[in-house]
Amino acid sequence: MRKRLHTLLTLGATVFTVFLPELVRAAGPAAEMLIVVADSRRVSAGWGRYFVDSYNTNPLWFGLEVTIITALMGVTLGLITDQIMKRIGIDLTSRKIVEH
Amino acid sequence: MLEWYTMYMPISGVDIFWPGLVLIGFSVGCIGGFFGMGGAWMVTPGLNILGFPMAFAIGTDIAHIAGKSMISTFRHSKFGNVDYKLGCIMIIGTVIGIEIGAQVVMWLERLGTIGPVVRWVYVGLLALICIMVFYDYYKANKKKKAGDVGEHGAEGITWYKTLHRIKIPPMVHFKTAGFTCSAWLPIMVSFLTGILAGFLGIGGGLIRMPALVYLIGCPTHIAVGTDLFEVMISGLYGTFTYGAKGRIEIYAVFVMLMGAAIGAQIGTVATKYAKGYGIRIAFGLAVLACMVSIILKQYGFNTSATVLILGAVGSICVYICWIMFSGAAKELREKKAASH
Repeated sequence: MRKRLHTLLTLGATVFTVFLPELVRAAGPAAEMLIVVADSRRVSAGWGRYFVDSYNTNPLWFGLEVTIITALMGVTLGLITDQIMKRIGIDLTSRKIVEH
Repeated sequence: MLEWYTMYMPISGVDIFWPGLVLIGFSVGCIGGFFGMGGAWMVTPGLNILGFPMAFAIGTDIAHIAGKSMISTFRHSKFGNVDYKLGCIMIIGTVIGIEIGAQVVMWLERLGTIGPVVRWVYVGLLALICIMVFYDYYKANKKKKAGDVGEHGAEGITWYKTLHRIKIPPMVHFKTAGFTCSAWLPIMVSFLTGILAGFLGIGGGLIRMPALVYLIGCPTHIAVGTDLFEVMISGLYGTFTYGAKGRIEIYAVFVMLMGAAIGAQIGTVATKYAKGYGIRIAFGLAVLACMVSIILKQYGFNTSATVLILGAVGSICVYICWIMFSGAAKELREKKAASH
């Protein structure tokens, strides 16, 4: 039983990994091959320069950075705005489901 | 000389009117949180108008959608609007469906008939969703007048009741959504909506949300939350893959998320004060605007199409803010009265 579950989970994970890019790709028209180099002359230092260098030298690392930062920003901003909403004084934990 | 209202985007190398980015983020956060979709069809033209090259507009759009969907999903989750089990089961069908849809597109590309076919199928599908939403409202109204009211109020279209009679094992109980059905139902529905999404080249929230309501039988609020959970997962993967392809302007994502964080909270909390049919009707109107804009584009009226999309986004956003603020004010008044 456990072996069967393992097989199923592995199969599911493989299908998921293989097909997920298509799910994302379908969000917009397929982009043509494009090589873009960020111009580092206008950003001399700081985070801007860091991202430009990262973009120009290691695209995979840049992709990973963007994903992690986006997720972190989502969580952080979510928590901050959550606190702001709580201060309004409304109940943010329950709601009634009324269709009509 | 750079003015205070422009911001240099180091990756794409363009100067962008940043309040426009905040506004787009806010609007789409609001609408996405309320309807349960990513809203790429609204953001991409907006970014393009602000001056982003199309390649960057799509990637930046996806990253921003991932971030704001996280905010909305967490908020919906606290309301009990996300059925994680249903969301996870549906991801399987969606992913395989989208792959097949994309293969159909490639086959049509080889035949050389892809452009018009996709556009007109899209228009037909949106028209169908519109008709379904408005007919459902009409039917529910009629039932309400006749006194035929269920647990959550009157319901119009109840196709899901017929589909729930299919008892092919394994039967699964979805606690949050509050129903039991064959696991094959959400898998097949997500598979079919996935095929359509892959074929049309869209994220799928626009199709999945009504499918969750009419075919699977989710209450509207739970359909919205569960759909956002799916959008969040696909959006995060999209951020990585588009980032690795060098199509994301990271600064724009930051700025848009500032607006989206507030918008997502407003849109999500607004669902607490809206009746299911209020959400469905506003959704139907958004779909109608999307459909008309595609027809306009098809006949070369690109500016009119953009104006229509942005006008619809603005109006729906104002409507959502009104629901949220008037609902919150009423709740606070009632709390105050109860404490006295």
